[in-house]
Amino acid sequence: METVNIVENVAFNLLKQAVIYLPEDVKQALQKAYAEETSEAGKTQLKAILDNVELAEKYQAPICQDTGTIIFYVKAGAEAKNLDKIEEALIKATRRATVEVPLRPNSVNPFTQKNSGDNTGRLIPYVNWEIVLGDSIELTVMPKGGGSENVCISGMLVPGEGIKGLKKFVVDAVLKAGAKPCPPNILGVGIGGGSDIAMKIAKKALLRPLNVPNSDPEIARLEKEILEAVNMTGIGPMGLGGKTTVLGVNINYAYRHPASYPAAVAFNCWAARRATARIGADRKVEYLTHKVE
Amino acid sequence: MAVYKLKTPISEEEIRKLNVNDVLYVSGTMVTARDQAHRRALEYFKQEKPLPINLEGLAVFHCGPIMKKEGEKWFVVAAGPTTSTRMDIFEDEFIKSFKVRVIIGKGGMGNRTTEAMAKYGAVYGAFTGGAAILAAKAIKSVKSVEWLDLGMPEAMWILEVEEFGPLTVAIDSHGNNLFEDVKRKVEENRQKIYQKFGLSP
Ligand code: SF4
Repeated sequence: METVNIVENVAFNLLKQAVIYLPEDVKQALQKAYAEETSEAGKTQLKAILDNVELAEKYQAPICQDTGTIIFYVKAGAEAKNLDKIEEALIKATRRATVEVPLRPNSVNPFTQKNSGDNTGRLIPYVNWEIVLGDSIELTVMPKGGGSENVCISGMLVPGEGIKGLKKFVVDAVLKAGAKPCPPNILGVGIGGGSDIAMKIAKKALLRPLNVPNSDPEIARLEKEILEAVNMTGIGPMGLGGKTTVLGVNINYAYRHPASYPAAVAFNCWAARRATARIGADRKVEYLTHKVE
Repeated sequence: MAVYKLKTPISEEEIRKLNVNDVLYVSGTMVTARDQAHRRALEYFKQEKPLPINLEGLAVFHCGPIMKKEGEKWFVVAAGPTTSTRMDIFEDEFIKSFKVRVIIGKGGMGNRTTEAMAKYGAVYGAFTGGAAILAAKAIKSVKSVEWLDLGMPEAMWILEVEEFGPLTVAIDSHGNNLFEDVKRKVEENRQKIYQKFGLSP
């Protein structure tokens, strides 16, 4: 098979896996939250989420009716071949998944308000490129739900307030979001770079599994502290009260301009979908997040 | 917290037993209605035109489902709840006019709806956001569809459901509103968080 066809097939499989099966780390975090939640209403909601996750697997159907905006992250080996054909393959895979999985058509022209019907359109699916060493291609898909996207926020903080300002920014974002992003949520926090960079790396931070701690112990400690703070809000699952508002906080950073302190919070909902595979130069495919038969 | 399993048509007496935080499962007839179906139903009422179905004692679901037609029959593909606050401007009149007993959605509703529920006897059941399969599996059949000219999501779908839930009773017929209670507590917690983590200005 041509490399392009392999990429299309793999991307299709990833889309299908992602919308049907929650990653193991998210499932475990939800189970743990259910075991520890003390609010009755919160517990009922978490149980319903877990039942829904199980039913989706059983019936091979998307865990949520909103199958999101389709975003890809590609780590392209500098020596990999046919890189110029990848975007086309990803678009084809998205169209096929829309019909066959099926995915909800979620791609609308912002001027005419017309839905393309196949989850594609100008710049959509969006592809984030990264060039890495080697000759393999690593593909990740993140179908990103609209309800949680609607409360994502970026801002320019006061540099003099430093980390204190950042903590308040994240806490305030969660308080403002309330029940809207279908809590429990996962937060990606991006700092530095510039306003666009902060949001981009915040969203990318959502790809880090919940059971993988930050490699920097200082930042890992900060993530824990913010997690504790936002779970003190009492918003709880679906905003019905409880101690599980956020399952995890993942921080990502870039150096900043001396005069600015850009920051961003990317929200993911409990339906935190992602799937990754690696395609070797020998065309061998390895699925890294999901088991495939 | 008590668990209730009610079958439509639900009487006012039955619904008044429920309190916030209780868990409810509904069986029987449930109709979907979003903004436009609410608006049209109220227009019909004003003009004394009968609705396609008598809503007394039934459950109304804030949902724009994805449906599939096979032959002459409709099937549910996905049917998760939509945000209920958009229907706040209609719901008090709707409850008063049609005597529906259960409103189902996500995110909660405001004061006007809460007052109407207390006055006429109805509850708001919060269904888990995103849990589309759980909802679809409890829908046993599509009895009919009305007002399909409004579009698939806005039409009034008349559904036969079995133990549709779990619904957290978030507004009861005694004036209690769980979402408002939580919001108040969350606002109090804001100051506690600021203090504990040294975030106060
Ligand atoms: S916010 Fe997430 S869980 Fe809620 S409806 Fe949207 S995609 Fe589904």
